[in-house]
Amino acid sequence: MERNLFDEQHDAFRATVRQFMAKEVAPHMPEWEAAGMVPRELFKKTAQIGINGLQVPEAFGGAGVDSFLLNAIVFEEIGYAAASLGGLQVHLNTVLPYFLEYANDEQKSRWFPGFADGDLIASIAMTEPGTGSDLAGMTTTAVRDGDDYILNGAKTFITGGINADLVIVVARTSRDGDNRRDGLSLLVVEAGMEGFVRGRNLEKLGLKSSDTAELLFDQVRVPARNVLGAEGGAFAMLTSNLAQERLSISITAQATATAALNLAIDYVRERKVFGRRVADFQNTKFVLADCATELEAAQALIDRAILALDTGTLTPADAAKVKLFATETQARVIDRCLQLHGGYGYMREYPISRLYADARVTRIFGGTSEVMKSVISKSLAL
Amino acid sequence: MTMRIVVCVKYVPDATGDRYFADDLTTDREAVDGLLSELDEYAVEQALQIAEAADDAEITVLTVGPEDAKDALRKALSMGADKALHVEDDALHGTDVLGTSLVLAKAVEHTGYDLVLCGMASTDGGMGVLPAILAERLGVPQMTLLSELAVQDGVVTGRRDGDSASEELRAVLPAVVSVTDQSGEARYPSFKGIMAAKKKPLESLDLSDVGIEEDQVGLENAWTTVLEATKRPARTAGTIVNDEGEGGKQLAAYLADGRFV
Ligand SMILES: Cc1cc2nc3c(=O)[nH]c(=O)nc-3n(C[C@H](O)[C@H](O)[C@H](O)COP(=O)(O)OP(=O)(O)OC[C@H]3O[C@@H](n4cnc5c(N)ncnc54)[C@H](O)[C@@H]3O)c2cc1C
Repeated sequence: MERNLFDEQHDAFRATVRQFMAKEVAPHMPEWEAAGMVPRELFKKTAQIGINGLQVPEAFGGAGVDSFLLNAIVFEEIGYAAASLGGLQVHLNTVLPYFLEYANDEQKSRWFPGFADGDLIASIAMTEPGTGSDLAGMTTTAVRDGDDYILNGAKTFITGGINADLVIVVARTSRDGDNRRDGLSLLVVEAGMEGFVRGRNLEKLGLKSSDTAELLFDQVRVPARNVLGAEGGAFAMLTSNLAQERLSISITAQATATAALNLAIDYVRERKVFGRRVADFQNTKFVLADCATELEAAQALIDRAILALDTGTLTPADAAKVKLFATETQARVIDRCLQLHGGYGYMREYPISRLYADARVTRIFGGTSEVMKSVISKSLAL
Repeated sequence: MTMRIVVCVKYVPDATGDRYFADDLTTDREAVDGLLSELDEYAVEQALQIAEAADDAEITVLTVGPEDAKDALRKALSMGADKALHVEDDALHGTDVLGTSLVLAKAVEHTGYDLVLCGMASTDGGMGVLPAILAERLGVPQMTLLSELAVQDGVVTGRRDGDSASEELRAVLPAVVSVTDQSGEARYPSFKGIMAAKKKPLESLDLSDVGIEEDQVGLENAWTTVLEATKRPARTAGTIVNDEGEGGKQLAAYLADGRFV
C-alpha cells in the first residue's frame, strides 16, 4: 500500500541516502563484518550528507529538524540495503535524544557541533553483566568528590562501545529512600578519561559489523559538569526515551524483513528445481503472499507510530506493541524467506543468511519480547 | 565579474531498471523511473569545484526534456547549483541529438554563458557527440572527455587521457567542455542542500522562448529513424564442458566455433 507520510523533500533525501548506502555501505559489509566494526571515518561521511546533524539545532551546525521521519528514512534505507549500522543507529535514535532533551547550554556548545559534523559519536551504557531487563538493579556507582564524581563499575553489550567518543553511563549516585528507581544518574564519560577501559569487542551471532563492547570504569574521575539532566533522575529519563528506541528497532526489523522478501523473490524467480522455477510452486507463492501481507500490517502499525511519536502521543505501551509485533514478524518473515533459498540460504555469501542472524537480537535488545508483554499488560488494568 | 557556468544535464531512465519502448519506438518514460544521468553528475561536480575555487561564479543547470525532467534539475540544485532552466515543449518528443543540441545552444545563448559543461555521454542514448555539436553550434572552442580541469583568468585548462597518450589542453572562454567519469566522484546532495534547493529558481521555457520553430525538432524531423526495437533475449544456460581428457580441445573448439578467437 502506498505510504502517505512523506513529502517531496523526504523522497529526495531518501534517494540520496539510498545512493549513499548502495555505494558507500552495502559493498563493504563483508569486509566490515570480518573486522567486527565499521571504520570510524564512515560517520564523517554520513555527516557530510547531513544524517548526523538532522536533529541537531541549526545554531550548532545541524538542520534542526523536529521530526523522526528523516531518521526513519535513513534506517529504512540501511535495512533495505540488507546492511546494518548499529553504532550510528544507537547514536542517532537512542543517545542523541538524551542530549537534545537534557543537555544544558554549556554542554550543548561543547558537544553539539561535533555531533553535527561527525566528530563525536556516542553510546549509552545501561546493561551490566548482572543486570539487563532489571535496570534498577544496576551496581555501577558514581560518588561525589568535590567537583567530580568517581565512577566504578562494569557495563556490557554496549553497541558502538569501541568507536564511541562519548558514553552516557547510567550509574547509581545515591541509595537513599525505598524506591530502587531513585538515585540513578547519567554521566557522560569521554574517550581518554583515566580509568575508562574498553574491553573486548564481543563476538556475536549476528550484527557482526557493529562493535559491541564491555566497558570498565575503574576510579574514573568524571567532572560534575558532565552530568546530563537532574542528578538522581535517570530512571524517568530512560523510560521517557524508550518509545523512540523501540520504534527505531521496529523500523529496522521491518526494513530488513522487506529486504529479505525482495531477496527471496529474486531468488525463487531464478532457481530451478524439478524443471520448474521455485517461484512456480504454489507453496512458494503462498509463503511469499503471507510474508507480504504480514509486512503490510507491520508497516501500517509502524507508520502510525512514527506519526504518533512526532505528535508526542506514542505511549510506552504503544511502542512496546509495535516492537513486539514488528520484531516477531521480522523473525517469521526472514525465516521463511531463508527456507525458500534452500541450502544456499545458510551460506554466508548469501545476504539472507546475514539477515537471519541479525534478526535474532531484535527480540532481545531494547527490551525483550517478554518485557514488551509485561509493559503492555500493565496498561490493561488487570 | 561573475563567471557564468551552464551545465547541460539529461533526465534518463534508471539504468538498473528494464527498458521499454513506446509504440513510436521512443523510450517509454512512463514505464520506468527517471533520474539525473550519472555521467552528468560528474559535470555538475566539476562545475561546483570550479565555482568554489572562483571568486564569483554562478551555476545554471539546463535540461531539455519532459515534465519529470525537473527531478534531474532539482537533484543538481540540491548538489549545489544556483539555478535551473528547463526547456519543455510537446513538440520536442522524439528529438534526436541534432535537434537537442540546437535547443541547448539556443537556451545557453538565451541565459548567457562563459563555460558550458557536459558529461561524456548520456547513460541512455550513449552517443557522446552532443558536446562537440553544441560547441560547433555556439561557435566556441571545445575540449571533450577531460579527466581533469581548472579555470583561471578566463582560460580553461584540462587533461584528456587517451589510450596511448595524455593531452594537456587549454582554451580561452567561452568554451564547451565535457568531462569523463574519471574526473572525480560527484558529491551526494546533503539534507541541507535538498532543503535549500526548494527555494532556488527553476525557470521553464518553451520552444518559442528560445526562438525555435516546431519543424526544427521532434521525431518527424530527426535525421535517423528507429525501424525496429527488440528486447534482448533472456540469457540462456551456458555450455558445460566436462573434462574427460579432451577438455582443452573442446574449449578451443568452442572458442573457434563462436569466432571468439
Ligand atoms: C547486540 C546487543 C546490543 C546491545 N546494545 C546495548 C547498548 O547499547 N546499551 C545497553 O545498555 N545495553 C545493550 N544491550 C543489552 C540489552 O538491552 C539486554 O541484553 C536486554 O535488555 C536483556 O537483558 P539481559 O541480557 O540481561 O537479559 P535478562 O534480563 O537476564 O533476561 C533473560 C530472560 O529473562 C526474561 N525476563 C527478564 N525479565 C522478565 C520478566 N519480568 N518477566 C518475564 N521474563 C523476564 C527475558 O525476557 C529473557 O528471556 C545490547 C544487547 C545485545 C545483545
